[in-house]
Amino acid sequence: MSDVERFLAMGGYARFVWPAYALWAAVIAGNVWSAWRALDRARTRALRRLAARAAESPDGSRA
Amino acid sequence: MNWTWFHRLASPPHFYRIAGQLLPWLAIPAALLLAGGIFGGLVLAPPDYQQSDAFRIIYIHAPSAWLSLMCYTVMATAAAVGLIWRIKLAHAVAAATAPIGASFTALALATGSLWGRPMWGTWWEWDARLTSELILLFLYLGYMALRSSFDDLTRADRASALLAVVGVVNVPIIHFSVYWWNSLHQGATVMKLGRSEMPASMLVPLLMCLLGSTLLYGALLCARVRAEVLERERQASWLSGLVK
Repeated sequence: MSDVERFLAMGGYARFVWPAYALWAAVIAGNVWSAWRALDRARTRALRRLAARAAESPDGSRA
Repeated sequence: MNWTWFHRLASPPHFYRIAGQLLPWLAIPAALLLAGGIFGGLVLAPPDYQQSDAFRIIYIHAPSAWLSLMCYTVMATAAAVGLIWRIKLAHAVAAATAPIGASFTALALATGSLWGRPMWGTWWEWDARLTSELILLFLYLGYMALRSSFDDLTRADRASALLAVVGVVNVPIIHFSVYWWNSLHQGATVMKLGRSEMPASMLVPLLMCLLGSTLLYGALLCARVRAEVLERERQASWLSGLVK
């Protein structure tokens, strides 16, 4: 049994250890993605509102 | 005591700016610490003499459980500050923390279950620690459901803050449950007074994962609170100078 195979086998506990790490990676990635998406959406909406407000104001300046 | 810093921090434009500056300083060390901690835990740490390699789940389980408790404490404290001093930013912090805390509580339960099956011979046991942690998950979910059930943001803030503050009683129950009741779950090994029972080769990666997770929470919170501030301050004139 090679070192890599021994590492992947995790002493016979691979079917518990690797799914746990996969879940961890998914939760971290999901949190990072959803925080980034929330900020990006909020920023886009804010920019859209500011543009709409600027278009409505008589001198065209941002309020 | 001078509270000027507190009032400045409670100002949405000031917090928005500070959070934006802090974000990379939290995210980059978090990524490095987590990468190093996971590598140390999976590759460098020796197998446990009783649990063999199954113990390596601790490097993700313990930081998740730590975050589940820390997030709730932050959420309840922010909710209390929002209720008492009527600071809107505090409600934004509480609202931004809830989904992060809920996800790490679910992760702590899932990884604990994956560790419990080979060690205890069961996926789940109605044990005091496990049950109180499950209640914590329900508190997070209840908090988020309650918030989304109101159209009026002020009412949502106040009602959910009350639930967060009442639910904080569960945090010490989770922590001390292993001492107060007979529990399958082991007691504290790292966070206890005096020296840890773990050897350095196992302890250092764990501490790296704990610190990395805490910094990651800080980075996620900064990003989420910035988004909350943008939504809440939609009519404010200061936005034009800050949104780029």
